[in-house]
Amino acid sequence: MPETMAQLITLAPKDFRSEVKPTWCPGCGDFGVLSATYKALADLHLKREEVVVVSGIGCSSRFPYFLSTYGMHTLHGRALPVATGIKLTRPDLTVLAAGGDGDLFSIGAGHTPHAAARNIDICVLNMDNQTYGLTKAQASPTSLLGHKSKSTPYGVIAQPMNPVLLALAAGASFVARGYSARPKLLTDMIKAGITHKGFAFIHTQSPCVEFHNTFEYYDQRVEEVPADHNPRDLEAAMRLALHPDKFYVGIIYQNERPTFEITAHEFEQEVRPFDGAAYLSQFA
Amino acid sequence: MTTRSEIIMRLGGEGGEGVISAGDFFAQGSARTGYHLFTFRTYPAEIKGGHAWYQVRVGPNPVRSMGDGVDVLVAFNAEAYFNHKDTLNPDGVLIYDPDTVTPAGGHKTVYPIPFNKIAKDELNFFRGKNMVVTGAIAGLFGLEPSSLEGLIKQRFHRRPELLEQNLRALYNGYDFARKKLEKQDPFYLGEPATRVARLVLSGNDAIVAGALFAGCRYYAGYPITPASEILEGMAKELPKLGGVSLQAEDEIASIGSVIGASFAGAKAMTATSGPGLALMTEFLGYAGMSETPCVIVDAQRSGPSTGMPTKLEQGDLNHSLYAGHGDFPRAVIAPGSVGDCFFQIINAFNMAERYQLPVIFLSDQSLSHRTEAVTMPDLGKIKVTDRLQPSAADLKNSHFQRYRLTASGISPMSVPGTPGGMYVAPGLEHDELGHVDNPLESHLKMMPKRQAKVEACRQEASRDCCARYGDPDAKIGLIGWGSTEGAIQEAVDRARAAGHKVAALHPKVVYPLPFEEIQRFVDSVSHVIVPEVNFSGQFARYLRTEVDVHPIRVNKYAGLPFMPREIYRKIEEVANHA
Repeated sequence: MPETMAQLITLAPKDFRSEVKPTWCPGCGDFGVLSATYKALADLHLKREEVVVVSGIGCSSRFPYFLSTYGMHTLHGRALPVATGIKLTRPDLTVLAAGGDGDLFSIGAGHTPHAAARNIDICVLNMDNQTYGLTKAQASPTSLLGHKSKSTPYGVIAQPMNPVLLALAAGASFVARGYSARPKLLTDMIKAGITHKGFAFIHTQSPCVEFHNTFEYYDQRVEEVPADHNPRDLEAAMRLALHPDKFYVGIIYQNERPTFEITAHEFEQEVRPFDGAAYLSQFA
Repeated sequence: MTTRSEIIMRLGGEGGEGVISAGDFFAQGSARTGYHLFTFRTYPAEIKGGHAWYQVRVGPNPVRSMGDGVDVLVAFNAEAYFNHKDTLNPDGVLIYDPDTVTPAGGHKTVYPIPFNKIAKDELNFFRGKNMVVTGAIAGLFGLEPSSLEGLIKQRFHRRPELLEQNLRALYNGYDFARKKLEKQDPFYLGEPATRVARLVLSGNDAIVAGALFAGCRYYAGYPITPASEILEGMAKELPKLGGVSLQAEDEIASIGSVIGASFAGAKAMTATSGPGLALMTEFLGYAGMSETPCVIVDAQRSGPSTGMPTKLEQGDLNHSLYAGHGDFPRAVIAPGSVGDCFFQIINAFNMAERYQLPVIFLSDQSLSHRTEAVTMPDLGKIKVTDRLQPSAADLKNSHFQRYRLTASGISPMSVPGTPGGMYVAPGLEHDELGHVDNPLESHLKMMPKRQAKVEACRQEASRDCCARYGDPDAKIGLIGWGSTEGAIQEAVDRARAAGHKVAALHPKVVYPLPFEEIQRFVDSVSHVIVPEVNFSGQFARYLRTEVDVHPIRVNKYAGLPFMPREIYRKIEEVANHA
């Protein structure tokens, strides 16, 4: 048996499942993302201890507790900075960041473009349900114009954010879209996102069955990215993101470039231990 | 006339015209000659323009504060003269350009030197004005120009033409002072008693050096006065050591990534000033709850809000002690001097790692930017602590107890990549496994567990933080914190010389406060004075909550450090009342 085969770890998707039972409502879109993640991690033959899942706050951000990997359940909006520190320290680890529309495009919206522009090798699982589920049904930055909620009883006045377009504009080197109700495609997207060397942003429509059930709405609009789409074409990718009616799923953009954590560790070819006396003598 | 070899010199002028570099050259040259020094600088928040000044105190004996008043005032322009003339001591020396200002009179010694004319007409090099000044003060106060020549060569070695012009300006100023002025004052450096090699560095330099020595290998920060030099230093040094420095998009991202890096196994630090610390507050609680070690340097500046970014204030003590919702463990350490920055930042890392908590390091604007001459530390004697790792047995269980209940409250912390060590670092209340499903039951166990670390930390702080300075049988005691240490000690020296029984205590770990030691000190004296550079007496109020004491406060909030005499006067006042 070749050596690489001998080292290949084979775990079943269930091996990535922790004993903590998800707190989500029955039928929640996030279950689809979680199952797809278990499957993707198993398919990629990753070791549990070499995966770190980081999240912010919100329903979807309970994610790390449901995996038997390392994880951090941080602050609202702050998954990406924390994930950045992990990846910069340990480029060998597989780092996933999970967060909702509020996390990544409202309270933490200031971090998303910077993580994308740096092209740090993190795979972001954005579970977008267009509502604030954990606080019970207020409008979110991706709620559609006119959407009536408890916090917007007369309808949302702001234009919804377009996560895919924003990720593209910020310089994400991998942008894909998935849908909770299409688990196989979602698994493929997560596998592609983890395998991609660089910042991978996966936008998933993950409906909230309790407060904002959009399954029917998206069932009618979901369409796979056209077969002739060139994922290296940024303008074409933006056109897909801007389509007024269709919700394109699949790889929308992919174009690898050097990653931040690798470049940051290559400034100096030769790494030395710290010599305190030599360092201090520069002040003599 | 007796020669006086300790000199307090202040140089003032327009920002950008080389006031600070002239002062710096003089200071560095003195240090290379073997003198002790203490510099202080202040400049406008603008890059060009506005009033800038620099003060250097040099002497053959250790100098621990900016001193009292000014012995030599060098006024680059009229504004500098009018702003600073009242600080000049009665026997002081005024150096000025007769083409820019006519002094009011009443000064003991004046040396008019036409810097502008010399630079413009004789040298055809107007920007060399500061070097003319440097040469002139070297000539007047006995500093060999050769000690400055080496420094100027270092500065301009890449630009031979500028180097030549600057050297010419230096010698021109030197010759002017030597040949055209008649020395009338007693200030003269000459040859020091002993020539000891010392390091001349700023507080920010010392913090970078100490952090690297302590093993810091991850840094993230956002530019802010007066902490930016720490970001710049770490950005330069960490890649050489296999570490990473990140200029983050804001202070929230800075501390977030520091906590991520620490979770991943690195010793990690961020540095900021008051406004940045305010932004970091929510993450302090997460570090405390998830028990993730991290070090946060707050180089305090004058507040509130944007305040006076380039001015001193010890105004962030309350924020450092109390910032955050809920009760969580932390430590707050305040260094007393530039040299102390080196040792205390190592202490900060040791505490963060040993007790797995956030440590706030309260430096300030005066420490950040002033320079002192310090002796080379004995590095072999400095202890560096690492966090508690899980044993093989700890990792054998299928469920790693990251938050295992222990007597000390310290539990082993695994690093990603370790099989069997998997856990989720939670912001939610959790049990020993880090599971969050029984918060109420967990809270009752975990709150005391986390707070036990604070008590352990306090024991340690009590052991080595409280050296008493001054009389063992003092009647008057001073308790200070942070960068006021030198001024307090000099005030104590002066009071003792005047026959008063005085002692000082200066805890470096201000939280958890070693209150038993402080109470003993308080009980040993009749009166307690608490000097601090803020309006409301934050430390004095805090002391009253921890110790049975009724402190007499001395507060200054003029954007500047204490002069020893400001503290000494209070000692005298108290002594005379007693």
